Amino acid sequence: MVATQETIDKVKEVSSTYKYGFVTDLEAEKAPLGLSEDIVKFISHKKKEPKWLLEWRLKAYKKWLSMEAPNWAMVDFPEINFQDIYYYSAPKTKPKLNSLDEVDPELLRTYEKLGIPIKEQQVLAGVAVDYVFDSVSVATTFREKLAKEGIIFCPISEAVQSHPDLVKKYIGSVIPISDNYYAALNSAVFTDGSFVYIPKGVKCPMELSTYFRINEQNSGQFERTLIIAEDNTYVSYLEGCTAPQRDENQLHAAVVELVAMNNAEIKYSTVQNWYPGDKDGRGGIYNFVTKRGNCLGKKSKISWTQVETGSAITWKYPSCVLKGDDSVGEFYSVAVANNAQQADTGTKMIHIGKNTKSTIISKGISAGKAQNTYRGQVQIQKNAKGSRNFTQCDSLLIGDKCGAHTVPYINQFTPHARVEHEATTSKISEDQLFYCLQRGLDTEQATSLIVNGFCKEVMKELPMEFAVEAQKLIGISLEGSVG
Amino acid sequence: MPLLEIKKAKLKLDNKDILKGLSLSVSSGEVHAIMGPNGSGKSTLSYMLAGRDGYELESGEVFLQGQALSDMEADERARSGLFLAFQYPVELPGVGGMSFLREAVNSRRKFLGEGELDHLAFVKEARKVASKMFVKDDMLKRAVNVGFSGGEKKRFEILQMAMLKPKVSILDETDSGLDVDALKIVSDGVNAQRNDENAIVVITHYQRLLDYIVPDFVHILSDGRIIKSGGPELALEVEKNGYAGLINAA
Repeated sequence: MVATQETIDKVKEVSSTYKYGFVTDLEAEKAPLGLSEDIVKFISHKKKEPKWLLEWRLKAYKKWLSMEAPNWAMVDFPEINFQDIYYYSAPKTKPKLNSLDEVDPELLRTYEKLGIPIKEQQVLAGVAVDYVFDSVSVATTFREKLAKEGIIFCPISEAVQSHPDLVKKYIGSVIPISDNYYAALNSAVFTDGSFVYIPKGVKCPMELSTYFRINEQNSGQFERTLIIAEDNTYVSYLEGCTAPQRDENQLHAAVVELVAMNNAEIKYSTVQNWYPGDKDGRGGIYNFVTKRGNCLGKKSKISWTQVETGSAITWKYPSCVLKGDDSVGEFYSVAVANNAQQADTGTKMIHIGKNTKSTIISKGISAGKAQNTYRGQVQIQKNAKGSRNFTQCDSLLIGDKCGAHTVPYINQFTPHARVEHEATTSKISEDQLFYCLQRGLDTEQATSLIVNGFCKEVMKELPMEFAVEAQKLIGISLEGSVG
Repeated sequence: MPLLEIKKAKLKLDNKDILKGLSLSVSSGEVHAIMGPNGSGKSTLSYMLAGRDGYELESGEVFLQGQALSDMEADERARSGLFLAFQYPVELPGVGGMSFLREAVNSRRKFLGEGELDHLAFVKEARKVASKMFVKDDMLKRAVNVGFSGGEKKRFEILQMAMLKPKVSILDETDSGLDVDALKIVSDGVNAQRNDENAIVVITHYQRLLDYIVPDFVHILSDGRIIKSGGPELALEVEKNGYAGLINAA
């Protein structure tokens, strides 16, 4: 059951965005090209938003105009023309193919490597088949189950209509519109995303993944997610998928905000496999994401786990603001960069409350000509007495043309705290490869095994059903990088 | 047809002649010991056979069950039934012993057309073999060779050999770093695998190991060549008189 849910999740995401081989008669109702105040109004109007949200968007737009794109990250790309982007297109109908023969063989090969059965491959690739089960009824069942617990899980555009007070209270409360250039842009033009609300005392009975958002619409390139966990709650949220995703939109600038009250725990897991471009990086996705969680309550906990294998450029720092006393922030990350990919990713742990704890485990893997940077900030504020941070930052290099960089920023404003930072850089040794080959593993199997061993501490944080595929994915991402 | 046949193997490392026309024929059911002083080319021989990069023959040829090894990469040789027990087994951090073994065994099974073992069947088989080798389950859960003692590493090598059921096994200085008890366990493990279908080549500096794994043939390797061959008594001669006497006589 679980595997199938996951598959369907992928179907939604791949088939709605995958552009190759489809007959392109999508009747997309697009806003005119470019960005202006009118476009922001157009989006808000299309979504029938309340006035306060339109005003909030416009404020963000004005702020954005006054800001400059950040250039401190260790990534290199041509300047983005923001007037050459469509900011709104109506939800698309899913295109249907007649058989797998019409699907890009490269995509099929990857499905096969991921071990996805033929039937599910068809579903994934958007081939017209009889569904193994009625997906709508399954989703409805789950939605009923969630509703019984009082959990709200829906598109954020729907939440704006059905729970305006909650949205109004929390949107932008973690990441203000002025936070950074891309967050401001997202605030002005976001189209959709997820909204999750866990009422007091409820442990969410299942992993929430985007599939269960009924009436799901194309979230587009400016996705906005808001998760609120009230006192004494638990929720685990999964986003992304292992099957490769392509999108005609090159720029993706999502915003994710998490709020954890007293004794609440939010576990947020991501597997990101956007199209990385060709060997020279042409055509790949730019993934500029702002993710942050506020541990507002005492003993609250926010845990980010990410496996990043895709995108031409990744610019992403899922962070935790540890306000509540005894709150806990965790960041587990695997970032793979191959060929011409550039990744600048890491986290920020801001310790404000007393006895707050954070753990950062980052595993960066570079191959080909890729550049992989860990950038992390640990800040212990004056009142955060008794706080602790442990950071472990390991880099693995494959070949001699790639780079790994570690940029830690540590600011400690009280002597009554402990910060530890460990970093290692290693290469897959010839001895290790030969040992594996001598046992009959081919070079790709051997690389995948060694790399997955290197990432193990992070992989074990992923929910089971994600972990197995994520492991294979890492192997696939590194294909051809050794030997 | 011999299981393993080395014909006039010549090999250079850094422009230096290491193997200078080495020939050896090993048939099924046989155990051969290759003894030699340091620097005689023992480890080079095992790397050459296993197909390590940089250890390609300059001339000569090696056949495994009649098939020329020069056409085969290291992993193909392994899947075809050539096993090397390493003198210094390599650590693979984070790679669980059980998953490593399973990938290796399934690669070999696939080659033999036997179909891959599912997880449960595999674990059952691995535990059975492990208990014979006095390898605790715990060791299979740990990362391959990471934090293993010298004895544990060698036992794990022989455990892999037992699981992979190779046609030809090369044991490279398997006795190094073992105390007497460990040596006995490892040797028992090797002896249990001797049969009419396979062959074992024991490469060693000392005669000691050959008290436990009794060879059918003993060869003395010196300066890249086999200078003398004989029965187990030849090993005792080495023990008594050292290599010098034999080398001078040759």
